[in-house]
Amino acid sequence: MDVTGLGKTYKVPVREAGLKAALKSLVRREHREVHAVSDLSFSIERGEMVGFLGPNGAGKTTTLKMLSGLLHPSSGQARVLGYEPYRRDRNFLAQITLVMGNRNQLQWDLPVVDSFEMNRAIFGIARPDFEATRDELIDLLEIGHLVTKPVRNLSLGERMKAEICGSLLHRPQVLFLDEPTIGLDVTMQKRIRTFLAEYNARYGATVMLTSHYMADVTALCKRVIVIHHGKLLYDGPLSELAERFETSKTIGVTLAEPDRDLSGYGEVVAVDGARVTLRVSRAEASTVAARLLADLQPTDLTIEDPPIDDVIERVFATPDEPGSAQPTGKQRG
Amino acid sequence: MSSTDTTAPPATSPPPLQRVGRLRQMADFYATVSRTAVQEQFQYRAANYMYMIGMVVEPVIYLVVWSVVAEASGGSVGGYTPGGFAAYYIVWMLVRNMNIVFTPYGWEFRIREGQLSGMLVRPIHPLHYDLAYFAGWKVIAVLLWIPIAVVLALLFPPELSVNLAQVATFFVAIWGAYVIRTLLLFVLGMVTLWTTRVAALFELYFTAELLLSGRLVPLDLMPDWVLLWVDWLPFRSTFGFPIEALVSNLSGPELVRGLVAQLVWIAVGWALAMVVWKRAIRRYSAVGN
Repeated sequence: MDVTGLGKTYKVPVREAGLKAALKSLVRREHREVHAVSDLSFSIERGEMVGFLGPNGAGKTTTLKMLSGLLHPSSGQARVLGYEPYRRDRNFLAQITLVMGNRNQLQWDLPVVDSFEMNRAIFGIARPDFEATRDELIDLLEIGHLVTKPVRNLSLGERMKAEICGSLLHRPQVLFLDEPTIGLDVTMQKRIRTFLAEYNARYGATVMLTSHYMADVTALCKRVIVIHHGKLLYDGPLSELAERFETSKTIGVTLAEPDRDLSGYGEVVAVDGARVTLRVSRAEASTVAARLLADLQPTDLTIEDPPIDDVIERVFATPDEPGSAQPTGKQRG
Repeated sequence: MSSTDTTAPPATSPPPLQRVGRLRQMADFYATVSRTAVQEQFQYRAANYMYMIGMVVEPVIYLVVWSVVAEASGGSVGGYTPGGFAAYYIVWMLVRNMNIVFTPYGWEFRIREGQLSGMLVRPIHPLHYDLAYFAGWKVIAVLLWIPIAVVLALLFPPELSVNLAQVATFFVAIWGAYVIRTLLLFVLGMVTLWTTRVAALFELYFTAELLLSGRLVPLDLMPDWVLLWVDWLPFRSTFGFPIEALVSNLSGPELVRGLVAQLVWIAVGWALAMVVWKRAIRRYSAVGN
């Protein structure tokens, strides 16, 4: 998958409040251009699982829609499996899938198996292969007991599993997954993550995943692409994201003698009995740790990056100014 | 571009799925979607019957009014006796049910609910889905029409004398009407992608169709200047012609001319649908779905 300078601009009507503005808009409509995605470039190799991150309105879904052929780009170029997605070539569509966590593509009033049958016909899958793939996916997702129930009688989590199963019956080579675990409980999220990892391993499929649950991303993706205000902010290993955006580290220290004031070593974030958590600048972390070891002889000391959710929060808080968010580290594209 | 994080495809990737040829795929697709429509509509038997009974009201009103007019006019109007009107409006009901297609009003729902997005990432044009789905629905429509037609025939005895050519033409023409109406309303529905306030335009179309198709009144009863318009518009092909093929004594050449007109409108409708679809879909923003 190769994306070069991809952009999408929407023209949206604008008008001020009030009757006067309403009358004025009858004669002359004013529009404003909204740049949902700007100059986005990256490449994804076959078989990669990439987390696609960004706050609400960052342009993630718009990008996925352009890559799956739903939207025409306003600028730039995308090639997926050698095809230009917006042309929606039949052979291209037969090799991809787009799963949107908040949308249902199954036949609402019919048993799940009937929707699967419909997908067999849509993708022209030979029956023996269809049945083998269907049964394999049903096993992997553990939905054997659900498939004879009408879709409308399934819970949200059950429906999502059935939805994913239906979306993969044609064994797509590229999976665009937009919030596939949204609204699901922790157990169900974990089951879907396990399944996706298994599918990727079994079929070597490329996966591009957006999720607001960082657990999805950390469990599945070594690489993340972060966008904000439609622009690329970071593209590289998830493990290096903290180095790029996080200016602090967390030192956890278990004291031999509790109730010591450690504010002189850094910002005290939490105290739990003899365990004290400090936040110190990344550059000083090793020096502070050495001082703590020398001064206090603690029974335990750890130096960690902050939780990934905190890192992401900091990434999204990055101001959108020219030059302020140039990707570093393992830049791609 | 290289990546050190790339997960290499497994060495023992399973073989690609076997797919059937395009022609077989399309035949299978039509059969499967039609079957699905039948299954879905069977879920709503009572609702369908209510819908059907609601649809009886319109032709029965026309039938009663025209029967009274015919009797008051010495037994017939424009060659239609009360029995002729009964035949016309009983067949009318079947044709009306046969030419129910995806409504242009449905496009707004389809877009808002994300159904269009789902359709666009599948390797089959949405038009095929609509054609196949509503074709399946006809099975239910015909099954429900039969008892209603029997009751109406008992209440309003029809005068119907048909030959084999008329029956054959009728069966081809009702499907022709269905395809033309699907294509034209598909094109009309596409307007939704340019502007969301499309109800007025749809109403204008349906009013023209009501007046110029043979739905409100048999076209034989229309003045000549209206018939001049009728010849240049598609509405007769979607409604009046199939009915006339069965109940009017059209000659062989007239039957053929009607079928040719249907073919022309199918070609025009298909070309229009393809051109408009290509432009409309560029405007699709898929926002929020």
